[in-house]
Amino acid sequence: MTTLLEMRGISKLFPGVRALDQVNLSVEAGEIHAICGENGAGKSTLMKVLSGVYPHGSYEGDIVYDGETLALKSIADSESRGIIIIHQELALVPLLSIAENLFLGNEVAKAGVINWPLAFQKTAGLLQKVGLNEAPSTIVGKLGVGKQQLIEIAKALAKDVRLLILDEPTAALQENDSQKLLDLMLELKAQGVTQIIISHKLNEIGRVADRTTIIRDGTTVSTLNRKEITEDRIIRDMVGRDMAHRYPDRTPNPGEMLLEVKDWNVFHPDQKDRQMIRNAAFSVRKGEIVGIAGLMGAGRTELAMSLFGRSYGRNITGSVTMGGKPVDTSTVTKAVDAGLAYVTEDRKALGLILEEPILRNISLANLAGIALRGVLNPRREAQVAEDYRRAMNIRTPNVQQKVMNLSGGNQQKVVLSKWLFTDPQVLILDEPTRGIDVGAKFEIYNIMNQLAADGRGIVMISSEMPELLGMCDRIYVMNEGRIVGELSRAEASQERIMAMILNSVGKAA
Amino acid sequence: MSEKSYLGSHLREYGMIMALVAIVFFFTVIVRASIDVDFLSAQNITNLFLQNSYVIIMALGMLLVIVAGHIDLSVGSVVGFTGAVAAVLTVNQGWPVWAVIPACLVVGGLIGAAQGYWVAYWKIPSFIVTLAGMLVFRGSTLWLLNGQNIGPFPRSFQSLSTGFIPDIFGDADQALFGMERLNGTALLIVVVAACIVVFLGLRKRAQDASFGLTPEPAPVFWIRNAIVCGALIFVGYKLAIFRGLPNVVMVLAVLTVIYAFFTEQTTSGRRIYALGGNEKAAKLSGIKTERLVFFCFVNMGVLAALAGMIVAARLNSSTPKAGGGFELDVIAAVFIGGASMTGGSGKIIGVVVGALIMGVMNNGMSILGIGIDYQQVIKGLVLLAAVIFDVYNKNK
Repeated sequence: MTTLLEMRGISKLFPGVRALDQVNLSVEAGEIHAICGENGAGKSTLMKVLSGVYPHGSYEGDIVYDGETLALKSIADSESRGIIIIHQELALVPLLSIAENLFLGNEVAKAGVINWPLAFQKTAGLLQKVGLNEAPSTIVGKLGVGKQQLIEIAKALAKDVRLLILDEPTAALQENDSQKLLDLMLELKAQGVTQIIISHKLNEIGRVADRTTIIRDGTTVSTLNRKEITEDRIIRDMVGRDMAHRYPDRTPNPGEMLLEVKDWNVFHPDQKDRQMIRNAAFSVRKGEIVGIAGLMGAGRTELAMSLFGRSYGRNITGSVTMGGKPVDTSTVTKAVDAGLAYVTEDRKALGLILEEPILRNISLANLAGIALRGVLNPRREAQVAEDYRRAMNIRTPNVQQKVMNLSGGNQQKVVLSKWLFTDPQVLILDEPTRGIDVGAKFEIYNIMNQLAADGRGIVMISSEMPELLGMCDRIYVMNEGRIVGELSRAEASQERIMAMILNSVGKAA
Repeated sequence: MSEKSYLGSHLREYGMIMALVAIVFFFTVIVRASIDVDFLSAQNITNLFLQNSYVIIMALGMLLVIVAGHIDLSVGSVVGFTGAVAAVLTVNQGWPVWAVIPACLVVGGLIGAAQGYWVAYWKIPSFIVTLAGMLVFRGSTLWLLNGQNIGPFPRSFQSLSTGFIPDIFGDADQALFGMERLNGTALLIVVVAACIVVFLGLRKRAQDASFGLTPEPAPVFWIRNAIVCGALIFVGYKLAIFRGLPNVVMVLAVLTVIYAFFTEQTTSGRRIYALGGNEKAAKLSGIKTERLVFFCFVNMGVLAALAGMIVAARLNSSTPKAGGGFELDVIAAVFIGGASMTGGSGKIIGVVVGALIMGVMNNGMSILGIGIDYQQVIKGLVLLAAVIFDVYNKNK
């Protein structure tokens, strides 16, 4: 076998973060190569380097492809060499037909005039190749995610793909659609298409991958042959980093029961039959920090948002009690009144009004707290904001500053302040340290510990396992919309969490 | 912070006032030089307000709609329709004025509700809903009036637009000073208003200082207030020596104060800005976004009805074409006044100044005899320039 692709010593810096550090990857012609790693390990960044999203010069290291050193300038550049990436978020235009999508930007045309009969004919051939039994004129938006995924692959085939990269292709798929996709991958392999698949799912890797490269913290840990691939080995390599003292000390002192959620079921807001959360149950006590672990798409955010005023999903059923009494959380206002607060994972889109000053953002969820009979008291508003600025150590010249001028960590403190001003008993923090630097993370951890010490209950959703292990008294493990396990602080380890996730894959029914 | 950098960071607010002053100055000089007429004569100032009152009134409501991230294209047609309703009720049905006015306001509110319902609860784009409303209510006006003009209105209805606040001091002043007859009420009101402006300004300065915010530098504060109060008293004096304060100006002033208070000092007003700034974040903060959008449209409908009656009273008849194209003047005034196209920002006072800029330009160009063709081109360019200035300022 010959080597088709060799990535040597790839390093990529983002401001303040070394996303990739001397990564090596070698892919043989005609193989299916799996890439494994935790969220944020650098898999996607590596693929973006390979596909020209990050052009030559913005990273260090060499890409040797088909015996030639590449200096890619753009995605079009990589595509012209047959390197095609299919992202997790599909790049199809939902209102156009399959044929129009397949040849988008690559139209079957002469002098700008499209030859539709030929395009339809070619489309039919490509659809047959990927095993999709749909008319070329079908509107893409009407098809399910599984079929759309196949169209993406057909689109790649239309461009004479030589190296096909699939970024978590089955993450959004049902079990049988996943199987079909994996079959197709094997078929394409037989036709000589080299493929790279990014996946968390061990059974998939076991089924299709010839070799597997494991990436952790932006570096290559190992490349395993088919024979060497075992669950234990992959988990160890994926999570085996040392746990430095990155978390403030705290003596947990859980008190009486606060929030209890039972039999929680949620369906997708648009796809009626797709159940996103199945029979979830969890609880938090006073002074307790409870974690929810899981991979992306496990349903953690959906669980939290459906709980908080039904901000996500439909056909929501289940019971919520607070301090033993049933509470109504069916609107955000009611949820807040019940003592809940939800700090979003997407603070820019869902948490803040970026154009407005800090003080107005802090008062937003509790305007009644700074008003008398509907008339605002600006003195009180400024006082409240000033108090939180001090307490949270929000770094800003004054509270009139627009929040868009703040750093990620300080923005996060503003969102936290907003919710603390509603005086919640239970705070659900969704990825509270995402996208903020190490120092600010430590501050957020300290704030969380302080809140727990004050007798509030905290639910922490995080994709960073070390963070959960370092902060939480108990950890729930979620996968595919279900809570698949619960670990005490003493029991919890990255290996056990990962094993719970991987063992639960596909067992949902 | 130095005075210069303070002015720089508040360029927009001061720029608006300066622009208005400059435009007035420009027309005063040019009108005097070219046709030897006093642009700032008492009669012309009165006219200026009578001509533009309805644009300002509707701009107050349009600001709320635009701050919420929407638009209302139907207001011109609603002006025509409610004017027609007023005419039919008063002239044809013989209803008394005290019943017609609330009835028309209710009709306006219902129209706003009908449109706001689709926008707020069905998420139909407001552009489409109100474009449809624009056609529907223009057609309805034609139908209601049967294609004819209806009038004249009784005197009491006309006074809505052409009436003046009576002088409580009678003609005493005339006897006291041997000069022109002065309307004491008008003068008293503007002097009191000027005092209130200064008082509120001083209070806000003290407040800012106590919050640790950078207050407006003292010289800037006093110069700005001198200009504002000077203009206020000058206009008041001019009105006083003519026929006094027009009723419309009083309505306008009261509404402006109410809306400024609502947008800046109340929780509901604040929530509209939050909704326009980031609807999803507002919703996740427990704000009932649908209800607020609905309210904005109802409010817009009521103000359009008020404007419709003022227009009908001024023309002393209801015509099928009344209000045609008003929506564009109103929307332009809001954007010249500094509201953001994407929602979430804009101030009542800016909108009033924006509408006055438009009004002064209309009036000045008409006096100069500039053709409607050039007038439209110039107004269009002013709107474009104001918004470009905004965007440029933001990106700087």
